[in-house]
Amino acid sequence: MSVAGALWLEWKIALRFLLDNYLQTLLILVGITVGAAVIVFITALITGLQRNVIERTLGTQAHIRILPPDEVNRVLPPPPGSVALDLESPRAQRLRSISNWQDVRDLLDAEPDIVAVSPLASGPALGRSGVARSSIALLGIDPVRYQRVVPVADHLIAGRFGIGAGHAVIGRKLAEDLGLSVDDKLRLDAGEGREAVVDVSGIFELGVLELDMRYVYLDLKQAQTLLDLPGAVTVIDTKVGSIFRAEDIARRLARLTGLKTESWMETNGQLLNALRSQTLTTQMIRIFVGLSVAFGIASVLAVSVVQRTREIGILRAMGCPRGQILRVFLLQGGLLGLLGSGVGGALAWLLVQAFNRYGARLFEIGVDPALIPTAMAVATLTGVLAAAVPARRAARYDPAVAIRYV
Amino acid sequence: MSESEVLRLSGVCKVYNPGTPQESEVLHGIDLALARGELTALIGPSGSGKSTLLNIIGLLDTPSAGELYLQGRPTRELDDAERTRLRNRAIGFVFQFHHLIPAFNVLDNVLMPLMIRHGKPAADDIERARGLLAEVGLEGFSAKRATELSGGQQQRVAIARALVTRPALLLADEPTGNLDTRTAETIFELFRRFNVRFGCAVLVVTHDPRLAAGCPRTVELVDGRIVRDGAGIG
Repeated sequence: MSVAGALWLEWKIALRFLLDNYLQTLLILVGITVGAAVIVFITALITGLQRNVIERTLGTQAHIRILPPDEVNRVLPPPPGSVALDLESPRAQRLRSISNWQDVRDLLDAEPDIVAVSPLASGPALGRSGVARSSIALLGIDPVRYQRVVPVADHLIAGRFGIGAGHAVIGRKLAEDLGLSVDDKLRLDAGEGREAVVDVSGIFELGVLELDMRYVYLDLKQAQTLLDLPGAVTVIDTKVGSIFRAEDIARRLARLTGLKTESWMETNGQLLNALRSQTLTTQMIRIFVGLSVAFGIASVLAVSVVQRTREIGILRAMGCPRGQILRVFLLQGGLLGLLGSGVGGALAWLLVQAFNRYGARLFEIGVDPALIPTAMAVATLTGVLAAAVPARRAARYDPAVAIRYV
Repeated sequence: MSESEVLRLSGVCKVYNPGTPQESEVLHGIDLALARGELTALIGPSGSGKSTLLNIIGLLDTPSAGELYLQGRPTRELDDAERTRLRNRAIGFVFQFHHLIPAFNVLDNVLMPLMIRHGKPAADDIERARGLLAEVGLEGFSAKRATELSGGQQQRVAIARALVTRPALLLADEPTGNLDTRTAETIFELFRRFNVRFGCAVLVVTHDPRLAAGCPRTVELVDGRIVRDGAGIG
């Protein structure tokens, strides 16, 4: 007996049994459909939401920042046999340069994990326009390199991304506070008499209030002069290829360069924690919905096995092997899972379209092309597994007893 | 052992719940042989062990002692898979309550033993099944659901199903027990006809003395022992 020839009858019996009990089949199919739709929709929703949150967060900041090591007090070891009691005041962290930053930059450029590197000279200053004053953050950048880390040019609302001698790009809130528009003059005061007047060439809006209120982008050289750090940079911003490995990469870079590193995962610990909790919650919902679907399939098939006791007995008496009976019920479980998840997947897809069209439009959800096929494969497998217990029971019936079952 | 012998039981015993206080021996050393083309009635009062014996002969149950030879082949040591295969190849069953599969139509019910054997039925399988349906007077019923038929019609379908594999042995358990007299006669007539046509050994368990009288050989079982084995009683 060939395998294909044998499975032909299993299919025929499984389909007939399902169609024969169409009400029972329809009810469990509705259950599986709803379960699958919930799983697919919630997965698409949460994936879309998280992608959106991460894009927004990481769109305006470096993935890993490389900083000079903190200055610490060096305490002399006490002489042998004595105990020293220290009262230590932590050192003030003055603005310092990264030593040999050109070498570090070249090293990072060669790192395969890192896709963009941008050295910055940044420090605090005051911005003045007429009588208005506002505290600002000066960021001296190499515009081409910085644009690869934070695409400021994409967020311009006025003017152009013109960074050069005597030109600066400022945030929308700062422009409002100081009453500035494009081509107006902004006076920068970095303290100790270091001042400069620049033309506002562009105004950006990154959508993060703190940045839109404080950031002033300048040419690297001009910032170095204002901050009294000739030829130096205070931080190197980088972007990595896979964002969730940022923490590991940062740790490795710290060991490699001897400098201090901060990954976005560290500085956005709360966000990451929220995202992880959300993922965990979604996972729990998926598992429990999946389990209840599996138990639904198992219980319907368990009832069906009892209802069909006599038919199973007849089939066995006519020479139907145990394996064949087993496969008939496994197939029914698999078919229920496949059909229910197919319809459920389609339903979830429609829900996503409805959400994108009629929802609050805060963000767009995409359905990963692999999501629905994966859900169907998992549901089919779940159906087969759920059918295992009733199917084994059916296969073990004693035909002589089963045939007399009424 | 002659060439024409289909079935031989030698010293078959059946004990239920051995080694417990509920232990009961239902069959005591049954010796019985059935030859090709023989039509035998198995009679006996309720509780005499007829059903147990029929289950053992039909390879649905195993004897506690003794041996059962089917077409000269010992069967006691066979495992479930081999017994199942042998049931499909060599034995046809007809039960009291017809026992068709209601989810399938009449033709599929008749074809079922062949489909179990080799999957999708071939053209000549279908032809054979239709031929048998015609012989039991049910041509044109192929597409009907089993549940749409009367009791007598269902029993005729069951006979066609039992014979579709051309079994060496046809076993019938009270095949007319649930039918009115006239229908019962028609059914019994079919057994006689197919017994002659296909030359299979037929063993009919019955309560009906007139049916038993119609059989050339009658075996009577009382308290798990064969008390009479001979020509028809009547």
